Amino acid sequence: MKQKRHWYHYLWIWSIIYFSLGFVNILFAWLGLISFCLPLIFAIVGGNKLFCNRYCDRGQFLRVMGSQVGLSLRREMPDWLKGKAFRYGFMIFFFAMFFNIIYVSWLVGSEIQSLQDVVTVLWSLQLPWNWTYSAGVTPWVAQFAFGLYSLMLTSEVIAIVAMLIYKPRSWCVFCPMGTLTQTICKAKFKE
Amino acid sequence: MAKLSPRHAVVNREICVACGTCVDVCPMEAMQIVQGSFASPLEEKCVGCGMCAKECPASAIKVEVRS
Repeated sequence: MKQKRHWYHYLWIWSIIYFSLGFVNILFAWLGLISFCLPLIFAIVGGNKLFCNRYCDRGQFLRVMGSQVGLSLRREMPDWLKGKAFRYGFMIFFFAMFFNIIYVSWLVGSEIQSLQDVVTVLWSLQLPWNWTYSAGVTPWVAQFAFGLYSLMLTSEVIAIVAMLIYKPRSWCVFCPMGTLTQTICKAKFKE
Repeated sequence: MAKLSPRHAVVNREICVACGTCVDVCPMEAMQIVQGSFASPLEEKCVGCGMCAKECPASAIKVEVRS
């Protein structure tokens, strides 16, 4: 039986648009905050994971590439990757990196540190990205954009590798936003 | 009362990450996410086809014979 298609099944296009826009002008990286705010709003206000379930562009992208295009090897994930220790550990690490981006942006805004127009993938590989920065904004705004784009690109790379080796939406198992929103929902409905 | 299928999906709530993959792939629209916390099949709709178990990235779903 063929499943019904809904408009949100095409949200994978947003992933491609987002990374393309950031390639042209790094300031578009700010749009990545949508993927931080919407799941939290759904979880805090609605007590649900509707963003993960339907509207996550990355989830839809992984589904299309893994299931429809057939790029996934569909192996079983090792237990440690599915375990709570890794899930919560990765969530803490991920948000520590996010707050570090805010801190570095503050340093640049305070003129303690100068703007670094590089995109860092997997926290180590620095890619020069100086063609994308359009002058005209305060340096901290650009610095935050570089940082957020780095974080989004890094997590996208991890998500794609997980999709290729394991099942299509394996990233969702240890996605920091997914772990956080599930924790919020569980806390909300805890009696 | 509708006759229940002899097999059905069983979700391990401790492992389930409520990603919604099972909801998306279920041909019977039998899966639902409860309180943003875990997936749960609607017993009267689930036919135990195993699509959800096959796609679940966390391997939180098994198909079992109804007791």
